Amino acid sequence: MRKIGIVVAIVFASLATSSAKSADLTLCWAAWDPANALVELSKDFENESGHNMSFEFVPWPNFADRMLNELNSGGKLCDLMIGDSQWIGGSAEAGHYVKLNDFFDAQGISMDDFIPATVAGYAEWPKGTPNYWALPAFGDVVGWTYRKDWFERPELQSEYKDKYGRDLGVPMTLEELKDIAEFFQGRDIDGKTVYGAAIYTERGSEGITMGVTNALYNYGFEYGNPDSPYELEGFVNSDGAVAGLEYYKALYDCCTPPGSSDWYMSESIDAFRSGLVALQMNFAFIWPGVHADANVGGDRSGYFPNPAGPGGHFAQLGGQGISVVSYSGEQDAALEYIKWFAQPHIQKQWWELGGYSALRAVVEDPGFATSQPYAQTFLDSMAIVKDFWAEPAYASLLLAMQDRVHKFVVAGQGTAREALDGLVEDWIEVFEDEGKL
Amino acid sequence: MEISPLEKAAVATPKRFRRSIQRLSDRAVAWIFVGPTILLLLAVNIFPLVWTIRLSFTNYRANRPNADVKFIGLRNYERILTDSDIWQTMQATAHFLCWTIILQVAIGFALAWLINRKFKGSGLWTTIIVLPMMLSPAVVGNFWTFLYQPQIGLFNYLISFLSGVDPSSFTMIGEVNLAPWAIVIVDTWMWTPFVMLICLAGLRSIPDYIYEAAECDRASKWRQFWTITLPMVLPFLMLAVLFRGIENFKMFDLVVLLTGGGPGSTTELTSINLKREAFEKWRTGYASAYAVILFVTIFGLASIYVKALNKVKDR
Repeated sequence: MRKIGIVVAIVFASLATSSAKSADLTLCWAAWDPANALVELSKDFENESGHNMSFEFVPWPNFADRMLNELNSGGKLCDLMIGDSQWIGGSAEAGHYVKLNDFFDAQGISMDDFIPATVAGYAEWPKGTPNYWALPAFGDVVGWTYRKDWFERPELQSEYKDKYGRDLGVPMTLEELKDIAEFFQGRDIDGKTVYGAAIYTERGSEGITMGVTNALYNYGFEYGNPDSPYELEGFVNSDGAVAGLEYYKALYDCCTPPGSSDWYMSESIDAFRSGLVALQMNFAFIWPGVHADANVGGDRSGYFPNPAGPGGHFAQLGGQGISVVSYSGEQDAALEYIKWFAQPHIQKQWWELGGYSALRAVVEDPGFATSQPYAQTFLDSMAIVKDFWAEPAYASLLLAMQDRVHKFVVAGQGTAREALDGLVEDWIEVFEDEGKL
Repeated sequence: MEISPLEKAAVATPKRFRRSIQRLSDRAVAWIFVGPTILLLLAVNIFPLVWTIRLSFTNYRANRPNADVKFIGLRNYERILTDSDIWQTMQATAHFLCWTIILQVAIGFALAWLINRKFKGSGLWTTIIVLPMMLSPAVVGNFWTFLYQPQIGLFNYLISFLSGVDPSSFTMIGEVNLAPWAIVIVDTWMWTPFVMLICLAGLRSIPDYIYEAAECDRASKWRQFWTITLPMVLPFLMLAVLFRGIENFKMFDLVVLLTGGGPGSTTELTSINLKREAFEKWRTGYASAYAVILFVTIFGLASIYVKALNKVKDR
């Protein structure tokens, strides 16, 4: 009788195992270093769950085009999407993403456990409401990398002090940053001509907007009247905003390498790694790669948050949340992945592999700030983030800004005031088309 | 005696069916053969065109499939035709189109004339000259982006060597005044061989006896060129201009890889602008109206040009 009981138990156990069938999940993201780290991390999930993971990574310049086409056409390629923060409004309203509130409640996942800026930036739509469409997956922010070894050269330090009356070190303000960039521009270092700064100027996707906002925010630019949504006049084109745009153009004109008229993340990394520039504007995701680099890594490079300006202290938010695509045939397995990914020990591993965790338990750990040379800069930067529009019409808003800013900063057409007045007109037209004005 | 497959098929066809086929007129048989092709053409060419025209009168957005689609009359057309940015892209396209055609025809014809002289190694030179047009535009775009680099680019060093100007003092694809010429130079480098091949075909089609008769009449080489060579090659040249004109009006890949339409919107050609409206801003109705305007423009210009070409051929 006992033997029969054991046999029955084995049969039931095997039936139970086979009923939890393994799924083939595809995760879509941009092709960059953190994506490789995620592939490594996800092997644990495959072992634990028995599901198979595939990955679809698209280079950044084509990422939005490719993935938004996929979502808009109701494609079933991606079960999980690590989409850009600005897609959240459009993807929530068009029904591309699965709403995760019930799932989070059922699994005990609380958004209070994540860095507030990442929840607002990557997960919420409408902004400021507890409606969640993603789990913060990768915290990112624009910051700066500099050549510490050049800054520490005594002859350069004394020359800089003589010229500007202060020490050559991490700049506290944007004006100081420009002075440093100007100081290095065209300088001969070890027999090679070097330049001041690599900044974002790319026109085709989002590059110049992700760069210029770091100056605009800190000079007083705002996306609209905080008390009256979509009231743009006097906020987008305020005197402070005009000064911020003029600053960015001055920085581009005085202190960037020749030929840097269409640079974004990869071009800036290349310029810094090849020893062409003293300063580099870029998202924090590159810092692990810089630190490990044979030419500029280790003590030769340092990191600092975007410096303050006369109108405030902000930095452009990057990063993404992970969402379940509503057209997926494997939604349960995809949710299982999110549940697995949200666990504190997995998030800790994520940080160790080079992914920027947004979980507070990880970043508020006493050992976090000293765990990597750039960890404190990451924390400081995440405390001052501001993001671009996340409206469903974000693409139209972004392209209008790309166009207006690139024409003024790179092509030198018109004035900063004309560029921002034009931007207000473009954005008003977009919001009118959207029925929001 | 062996029966042919056709006869086998005739025997195998049921009698009633065979009779009804035999009763078919030649016209009906022709329609049976042509019908599938016409249906295919309607499905892949005519239907999308009609659908595009229909969408051009609406506010439809492909990224909002559930949103209401409103009929807005000629509003999209009005907005396009009064938009200064669109006219700027038209100007950029006209500049690109005119200069690439002028340079490609001039250099292509000169190269064809030289190759036609049949010197030692002319076959090898023809192969070398034709190489650029065999490359993918993606390769050419990336390749020339490196050539134009101010720090490491060979193009800047060549100009520096010839003129004494500092190579890092100018950026071909980053300056408003130079970028439109940068894309003209690359397209000319890539597609002049194509014009050369067409011209070469034209030159080789001129019978030698015409030149021999001109020699007998003591016509100078210059006169032979103006009265024999050029008129007889002209239809070929015009055909080359038509091909290059249509191709360059819809130029996209090469320019996107080289300049991305910048700096500012200096090199944003109409096809790039149209793609941004349709697949980045997702203004599908607006982009449809834009596409209709471009279609009518190309169709109109091409029709006038083909009439002129036929007149030249008939002369």
